Amino acid sequence: MHMADALVSPAVSGTMWAASAGLIGYCSKKVKKEIDDRKIPLMGVLGAFIFAAQMINFTIPGTASSGHIGGGMILAIILGPYAGFLTMASILVVQALFFADGGLLALGCNIFNLGFFPCFIAYPLIYKPIAGKTPGRARVLGGAILASIIGLQLGALAVVLQTVMSGIAEISFTSFLILMQPIHLLIGIVEGFATAAVVAFIWRSRPEVLERAAAGTPIGALPVKNILIGLLIAAVLTGGAFSWFASTHPDGLEWSLFKATGEEELAAPEKGVHTSMAEIQSKTAVLPDYGFKTPEAEASGEEKWPAMDAGTSVSGLIGGTITLLLVVMIGYLIKKRQKAV
Amino acid sequence: MAKIESAFFDIGYMDTLAAQDTFIHRLDPRAKLVTTLVFVVTVVSFDRYAISAFIPFFIYPIVLIAGSNLPLPFLLKKLLLVAPFALLVGIFNPFFDREIILKLGALGISGGWVSFFSIMIRFVLSVGAALILIATTGFNAVCLALDRMGTPRVFTIQLLFMYRYLYVLVEEALRMARARALRSLNGEGMGLKVFSFLVGNLLLRTLDRAQRIHLAMFCRGFDGEIRLVRPIRFSVLDFAYVAGWTVFFILLRLINFPQFLGKWITGLIS
Repeated sequence: MHMADALVSPAVSGTMWAASAGLIGYCSKKVKKEIDDRKIPLMGVLGAFIFAAQMINFTIPGTASSGHIGGGMILAIILGPYAGFLTMASILVVQALFFADGGLLALGCNIFNLGFFPCFIAYPLIYKPIAGKTPGRARVLGGAILASIIGLQLGALAVVLQTVMSGIAEISFTSFLILMQPIHLLIGIVEGFATAAVVAFIWRSRPEVLERAAAGTPIGALPVKNILIGLLIAAVLTGGAFSWFASTHPDGLEWSLFKATGEEELAAPEKGVHTSMAEIQSKTAVLPDYGFKTPEAEASGEEKWPAMDAGTSVSGLIGGTITLLLVVMIGYLIKKRQKAV
Repeated sequence: MAKIESAFFDIGYMDTLAAQDTFIHRLDPRAKLVTTLVFVVTVVSFDRYAISAFIPFFIYPIVLIAGSNLPLPFLLKKLLLVAPFALLVGIFNPFFDREIILKLGALGISGGWVSFFSIMIRFVLSVGAALILIATTGFNAVCLALDRMGTPRVFTIQLLFMYRYLYVLVEEALRMARARALRSLNGEGMGLKVFSFLVGNLLLRTLDRAQRIHLAMFCRGFDGEIRLVRPIRFSVLDFAYVAGWTVFFILLRLINFPQFLGKWITGLIS
């Protein structure tokens, strides 16, 4: 589920970083406003709890595999969306740095995929309406299960979109979609049941924990619309200003859609957007000629680039080998000096 | 289970590595954080068929590993543990992109394979850089750097809290899981019901613990903000470190050094 650095382009990761950083800033402000300074240690310790809880597995009936709780949903339920999102973000920071899950550039994507969707979409739009102000056991269960599933489905969809838009991996939009969504549906169901079971336990033994959380964040105050508008602006900006810098396939999604469906009309309207984008690009780009294909070459769908003749590839191979030797040697020398000192 | 336990043991080991005292360890955490980000952005900005251009970039991790005395096998093992996702997505490239773009004698290599190897190299470089950052800087110092660079205080404090209690709670969870496993016969009691008791109890205990921590801090004058006293100074040396690497990375981004070298040598021979 974690997006990896190797698969994102700078434009996609930059946008997602901007979106996630904006959300972190926004949520921090919100949490600070809630004066209740008890929440700060609570958030940190609950983040650690998610790590710990994932050490405890349960066997899924009828199969040999096992499942555990997911992070985002249970945090949103206990802490509310703002503090829940911040806690999820910090979990992902630790995962990126210590477990090499994803990486630094993809961190923006991961925070967005695993934090934004459960906390700001699934929680307010699915869990809250189902659970209601004075939730009963069945409503809490149903809300938690459904919200977990939908949150994870949206996250998986975002992974597919980010990968395809980056254009580093060759996999087409539809086949990646077919690969990702069912797997995450299963994972979502398992995580949903696990989350619901834990929430139901809390509901039985200490209902005031959930009631406090539900009272803390009135649903009307959640400006999902503002966030979405902000994201839209960010996306347009990225398309216009950054994509010259992005990848060899600025039109990766369109291209793979064309390849996957074989239908011209899917690609046609996108092309209109793209040509107007290209105009903006040529006006705004600092280095319009640098490593950027002309729209005509893209439209014909030819993959002539890079034009490599045998001579260049041989010299590349020789040069590469020598560079590698040089690099290893430098490392060896430093190591030796270290030991001598 | 043993695997997960050792993964957490590794976290502690990363901090041990970060506690060393070498030139690189002594640098300002902000300098190392910024340099790592510049490195990763440069690496990721290459086009998807780049392979030879990446090779000079290995100098950065190698210099850091050698210079800060990090155990290479340990880092490689960590990389291998998380490789499957990049591998899973990248492995489709050879099936979709079959056009031959590289010829080595009689052997034609398709664009798909080239871009697949490109993805794997990207993966090693970018993820390796993040691991090296922690192993040379330590988590607390990275949080300090984030804080000084304008990350909201609430978020950095929270990160520090989480890191502090990670070990405590993980150990508690592992004890619970072990106790359950020892009492379970034929997989009985490993299902959702007991699971919900265990995790629910852990959650309640965590909430109580958070309250105790808060009260203890409140008694000592906590007002929602932690004042970090450890002084960090951004010296000329730190500036030189960031600037030096940045110029080097940009140069390597613009000039394909191996290609250049290879051309020169094949030119000498023929």
